[in-house]
Amino acid sequence: MSMRHLLSIEDLDREQIERILARAASFAEVSGRPIKKVPTLRGRLVVNLFYEASTRTRSSFELAAKRLSADVLNFASSGSAVEKGESLKDTVTTLSSYRPDALVVRAPFAGAAALVAGWTPAAVVNAGDGKHEHPTQALLDVYTLTRRLGTLEGRSVWIVGDVLHSRVARSGVLALRRMGAEVTVCGPPTLIPRGIEALGCAVRHDLSDLGEAHVVYALRMQNERMSESFVPSLREYVAHYQINARRLSPRQLLMHPGPVNRGVELSSDVTDSPQALISEQVEAGVVVRMAVLFELLSGAAPEPSGAAAQARPATEPQLA
Amino acid sequence: MLDERVVLDEDDVRRTLVRIAHEIVEHNVGPGRLALVGIHRRGAPLARRLQALLSELLEVEVPCGAADISFYRDDLGRHEAPVVHASELGFPVDGATLVLVDDVLFTGRTVRAAIDVLFDYGRPARVQLAVLVDRGHRELPIRPDYVGKNLPTALGERVNVRVREIDGLDQVSIAQLESTPESPEALV
Repeated sequence: MSMRHLLSIEDLDREQIERILARAASFAEVSGRPIKKVPTLRGRLVVNLFYEASTRTRSSFELAAKRLSADVLNFASSGSAVEKGESLKDTVTTLSSYRPDALVVRAPFAGAAALVAGWTPAAVVNAGDGKHEHPTQALLDVYTLTRRLGTLEGRSVWIVGDVLHSRVARSGVLALRRMGAEVTVCGPPTLIPRGIEALGCAVRHDLSDLGEAHVVYALRMQNERMSESFVPSLREYVAHYQINARRLSPRQLLMHPGPVNRGVELSSDVTDSPQALISEQVEAGVVVRMAVLFELLSGAAPEPSGAAAQARPATEPQLA
Repeated sequence: MLDERVVLDEDDVRRTLVRIAHEIVEHNVGPGRLALVGIHRRGAPLARRLQALLSELLEVEVPCGAADISFYRDDLGRHEAPVVHASELGFPVDGATLVLVDDVLFTGRTVRAAIDVLFDYGRPARVQLAVLVDRGHRELPIRPDYVGKNLPTALGERVNVRVREIDGLDQVSIAQLESTPESPEALV
């Protein structure tokens, strides 16, 4: 049951997700103490390997590792894009000789983290691989929502915006579905990937039924991609898809993975409103990533200690 | 786990806790804040029961918290990741006299970890230790201040403490393990 890597939400069942959420809640308690640090991963090495710009994901992984007393090494590709799988492999091989316990990988290619997992003995955490997945984002989103709503069973979540380029959306749909939520993705047809219904979500192209949502999850509109004419113009997008006070009812919760383009996917008034969970999501990022590192690095040792396992009764381990 | 022998029954456990409560009062005369901290899992309900007894004896509400040592273990990676309960100390630790409460004192490693938990909350004036059962085999220089029952055991034996709040009954028993671990460490 113990996890080796965290590459995709697809690999997790509901029980595993719930375990991570419960652990994150205990780490939230640690974050409220005068000394916000526990010695759990003392002496372990976590390497952040980031081939893409990132503020909150990288810093929250760093903070998470440090709060668990692990050592952290940050490796950022210095502008020079890594285009060949070979050089990624070489980098991983080099970093592996420092004997890290975990490699946190962010790369612009789908499947990068899974590749890395084959090249290193360390546990690999996917911190975003191209358009594929961003599992820790989905976990922190689910954590934030369960803190607010209790259960997600039967809750309706609308994910609105650029679903096509969004690994957040992909991981989000999977995680929310696992937790029993009803998920609808909404955006202009050019920004909804073909066949996304296979993930178990409904597809809409307008916001007319947005009122049915308990939670509205707006995605970042990537201005840089607008040159590719996925939408006629930003103004057009805003007119049809912006989440603003007119479209959002006060009883609905609002989420966004950040950073927010104010005036594009969200209007300023809803971004700053109390129904927006955006800063709670950032806060959750640290404790959920602590829970993920804990889950990956604190499990059973590679060599099974048979005698000890035998001696431990099925009921309750005896702490003496 | 075939052969199980009951050492303390419901009544014995109740009387033992009453005695420990009196001893705690005796040892903590004079001013100074007193608070209890139960170690998860079975130390926590025992601490709450001592809290009720102490609050009655002292005619003042004695605060009670709980500590989870999962994040402070020295044997991480030796077995499955444990179920973690949040530590909750809802009172100021600085300057207080804290009594750690656990069900069984064995190697002392759990207590070592629990003391570390306390110090992440502040600087207590002193820390004392109350246990329902001391089964010996210490691996660290740790000594209990209050002992319910000294229970000399062999390493191949297992002490089962059951508490009403978790197991539905109060009972302490000794069972023979089918396979003997090479070291007590394996049991911690």
